[in-house]
Amino acid sequence: MSVPIGSTLGILGDNLRKRGSALPLSRRVATAWAKGLDLPRGGETVLYTGQMWQMVPAINAMSRQLGKYEGRGTRLFGFARSMNKVVNLTPFLARTTPSERTAYNERLRNIVRLLRAAGVEFGYLYEKDLYPGTLAYDEGLTQGFVAHARRVARTLRESGAKRLITVDPHTTNILRSVYPKVVDGFDLSVRSYLEVLADRTLTATEPLHESVTMHDSCVYARYEGVVEQPRLLLARGGVDIVEPELSGSMTFCCGGPLETLFPGKSTEIARKRVEQLSACRPNLVTACPLCLANLQRVAPTGVEVRDISDYLVRAYCPVVTPA
Amino acid sequence: MRVDPQFLTRVRQGGEFDASVCMNCGVCTALCPLGVELLPRRLFRYVLLGNPDAVREQTETIFSCLLCHMCESNCPAGVHITENVRTLRTHLNREQYHLAEA
Repeated sequence: MSVPIGSTLGILGDNLRKRGSALPLSRRVATAWAKGLDLPRGGETVLYTGQMWQMVPAINAMSRQLGKYEGRGTRLFGFARSMNKVVNLTPFLARTTPSERTAYNERLRNIVRLLRAAGVEFGYLYEKDLYPGTLAYDEGLTQGFVAHARRVARTLRESGAKRLITVDPHTTNILRSVYPKVVDGFDLSVRSYLEVLADRTLTATEPLHESVTMHDSCVYARYEGVVEQPRLLLARGGVDIVEPELSGSMTFCCGGPLETLFPGKSTEIARKRVEQLSACRPNLVTACPLCLANLQRVAPTGVEVRDISDYLVRAYCPVVTPA
Repeated sequence: MRVDPQFLTRVRQGGEFDASVCMNCGVCTALCPLGVELLPRRLFRYVLLGNPDAVREQTETIFSCLLCHMCESNCPAGVHITENVRTLRTHLNREQYHLAEA
């Protein structure tokens, strides 16, 4: 059972074409995470968020709304699509709270602290850090995606960026492995912050002596071959990693990709995955904002799901309390 | 069964689609986190045989694929399963939902 597929994808496609994102965020919401960090604007090496972390609270809220209409609502969704062409409905359908946004933004701030601790110099594109169109690509909105990818690539070219440090598996994959196929001459270097950090000699200032179960993102592990880097960083940080039966290149999906069209099935798969992971240890580690959101949503009391950056920042750059 | 000899050509207008080396071994089905509901090998045969009605009946299945790459990474024939599924989505978005973005 799904939500009305045609109208829902129509809304996402219209949003991408008219507003530059499947779930358009205001400039203020998209860049709020960088406040106070004094990140230089632009440069040859930039931290590229693709607005993914910032978008997750809106995805969660949208998923909650859509879940009410599985198997029905065809006419309502058709009407919503017509309305959305005139007025951006995202702020109404995907209402988020400041605390939800802060929680996800904090992971981006973690990543900045880690890269700085490793001595990496980089800038940020602020309002030119655009959503790369991942959802449209995955849902087969191909023409809309290709047109959007060319716009994003042009913006990147004009910004003078040569190296992108990405913060999540989906943005890494789309920019590294998909853009070169659909945008002529797209040859920017794209590396995940986990890959960048793993190549540096970061020393843990406060080894954690904790034990966790690692959940690999399908996109990092099977599309991009990023399996060893998160393990290396956790291990160097004093974290003992317990592997579930399905891990690394055989990892089991968190159900996140179905959130938009099949919220019920998405929850079912997430529950199954949390059961597999928590059978090893109750502290679960993810490296993808969508995995984090989907597994956190179904985690029972006593099972804690955290992003890898939460652990790494504690191990490598603990906050110094003034005396 | 209605056979449309142009079906595969129309599907390929939406992107890459190649399943001619599929051996029908069933590894994809056995490994799929969604279980029996998703049967790439069956879907792909409908396309190769030119059966648009059977593909249309599987619309929910096609859109419920996680694109998790578990099947593709383990396919002994090296079929680009996830790329094929994306192409089928593009085809359905065009022909069934008439989405200009597809």
